[in-house]
Amino acid sequence: MATVSLKKLTKRYGNMEIVHGIDLEIADREFIALVGPSGCGKSTTLRMIAGLEDISGGTIDIGGRMVNDLPPRSRNISMVFQSYALYPHMTVRENLGFSLKIAGAAKDHMDRRVAEASAILGLDELLERRPSQLSGGQRQRVAMGRAIVRDPDVFLFDEPLSNLDAKLRTQMRTEIKKLHAKVKSTVIYVTHDQVEAMTLADRIVIMRSGHIEQVGTPDEVFSRPAIRFVAGFIGSPPMNLHEATVSDGRLMFSGGDSLPLPGQFKSKTAAGDRVVFGIRPDDFYPTGHGLSSGGETEVHRAELPVSITEPLGNETLVFAEFNGTDWVSRMLNPKPLKAGDRIGMSFDLSRAHLFSAETGKSLRS
Amino acid sequence: MKGFKPSAPFLLLLPAIVVLAAVVVLPLILSLYSSFTPFRLTRPETFFVFVGFRNYLSILSNADFWWAFGRTVLLLTIALNLEMLLGLGLAMLVEKATRGQRILRTLMMFPMMFSPILVGFQFKFMFNDNIGLVNNALQSLGITEDAIPWLIEGHLAFIAIAIAEIWSSTSIFAILILAGLLAMPKEPIEAARVDGCTPWQTFRYVTWPFVMPFAYIAMTIRSLDVARAYDIVKIMTDGGPAGRTELLWTLVGRTAYSDARMGLANAMAYFSILLSIAFTVYFYNKLAAARAQIGAEW
Ligand SMILES: Nc1ncnc2c1ncn2[C@@H]1O[C@H](COP(=O)(O)OP(=O)(O)OP(=O)(O)O)[C@@H](O)[C@H]1O
Ligand SMILES: [Mg+2]
Repeated sequence: MATVSLKKLTKRYGNMEIVHGIDLEIADREFIALVGPSGCGKSTTLRMIAGLEDISGGTIDIGGRMVNDLPPRSRNISMVFQSYALYPHMTVRENLGFSLKIAGAAKDHMDRRVAEASAILGLDELLERRPSQLSGGQRQRVAMGRAIVRDPDVFLFDEPLSNLDAKLRTQMRTEIKKLHAKVKSTVIYVTHDQVEAMTLADRIVIMRSGHIEQVGTPDEVFSRPAIRFVAGFIGSPPMNLHEATVSDGRLMFSGGDSLPLPGQFKSKTAAGDRVVFGIRPDDFYPTGHGLSSGGETEVHRAELPVSITEPLGNETLVFAEFNGTDWVSRMLNPKPLKAGDRIGMSFDLSRAHLFSAETGKSLRS
Repeated sequence: MKGFKPSAPFLLLLPAIVVLAAVVVLPLILSLYSSFTPFRLTRPETFFVFVGFRNYLSILSNADFWWAFGRTVLLLTIALNLEMLLGLGLAMLVEKATRGQRILRTLMMFPMMFSPILVGFQFKFMFNDNIGLVNNALQSLGITEDAIPWLIEGHLAFIAIAIAEIWSSTSIFAILILAGLLAMPKEPIEAARVDGCTPWQTFRYVTWPFVMPFAYIAMTIRSLDVARAYDIVKIMTDGGPAGRTELLWTLVGRTAYSDARMGLANAMAYFSILLSIAFTVYFYNKLAAARAQIGAEW
């Protein structure tokens, strides 16, 4: 049993507050991804959970036990550091086995765990090398291995895959997922990469400048962002977000163009309201090349000029000009287009988002 | 002479070479040569009598020399080990200080700013059996009734000298080890804490291997220093009582000037250099091994 519970967790450096009293309940065996822009306090939060950073306010419970004043070694956690933090004077094998050696594990147990970890991570050929003789990606795998040789209550990962190439990253992602299914520990996983967050996590925690903005399953944060920030942060390419004013059942954009006000927001807005209209590239597409082509209930069509295209093979990102700026759209079954072409575009308004311009809160129910 | 044209760099360096030869190489050659003669300052003509290895052979059977040799090695062992322990402790304390670290570092260097002669006088005064601070303090605190004859009894005098040496040079260890601690990446220490290490285990398995090369550098420097120890001993006890604190170089000095046996003294000196070379080689090997171990890129 290792639930993790943060209550009013606060971190101050001097009189600068970095983490502003966050609350978070993490269930046993849950995989939590912590995402947010650089400098928002993800590492700091993780380090407080690990016990490497003093807690300025609030409490942390692990497995129902308050750990505020326990040193890291008494918390039964393992951690992968953003900067690897390998022991430079030990070989890969010694690095992997170090925590077991400290815990006084039997030699054969240690050897078996090290062999398992090294097999999972593909480190077999590197076991006798020292960290200085490894590439960045190899070091990162050793750091991962060091965490998984133990059976901790909680795994803390601080961007463990950030230095791997795309292929290895995908491979390691799968390994982490398998590993979690197998070891059944609670995992708190900090990442910049939303694909990692979406694919791995049971729930995603989105942080911004020391606050938690939204906590939800990957589907929730993707389809029902609670605030404008989350809408813009989750999803790649990001959601098109543009300010508009409600007038006469229409959204009037500053550049002069307008769209019909989606039906579901009619009762939630009044004329003159300042709002932010949001639509994902998946819901704004060249007519006939969309995800849900044909099944839409509320579609607005417009003929728009193409400004640039980014072919990705199975799909093409089309930047179409609307209201004087480029709106990104996803074109499935792509056909060749060139800049300046005019194409028919569909806005699937039933899937559009509307946020209050003032508070940033979503107006969807 | 036609055809001999020294190159410009050689010509330009010539003055420096001549000066160096005159002040360094020539005296070295002369002293080496004199170690093969029965040269006595009082009888200059003996300078030209060549006796081969006779001086060196007589050293081998000279008990005084071997006592001094052994004492030097003993002082070196005691002083280096204690200096290392104290220096390590000091460095770790200073590293922990979050405020005023620069001032502490400067203060730490203080003993190194004193000339050894001054250190000698200072400790000679402190350990004086009648008026010295040490006895005064011990008596005032009621730890002892009698005046302890610090510089008069052989073993105590040796201890007093060791203390003076240690006081004056612990900072070399402290500074170098502190440099190591400051250069050390902090993440492995954090990793060790998460991996379950107690503070002692963290030190033992992570910090110490990292600062070891720095400690060996200090060891190399200090082993040469102590093997040449002269000033402090000369001032505090002058090798006394009854030769009980005679070290290699005080013996060499006495043989050369008091006994005026320059040839023999030079032979002793050259022999002693072997000791220094041995220590340097030893610590360099240790240093190289320690550096390789932490994968140092310097
Ligand atoms: N020792 C410190 N003293 C003062 N401020 C600090 C200290 N350590 C971190 N900070 C500040 O705390 C904030 C949060 O840092 P943190 O490392 O948690 O960010 P992060 O979310 O992990 O960012 P990244 O994604 O870039 O790793 C940053 O603005 C940083 O400048
Ligand atoms: Mg970070």
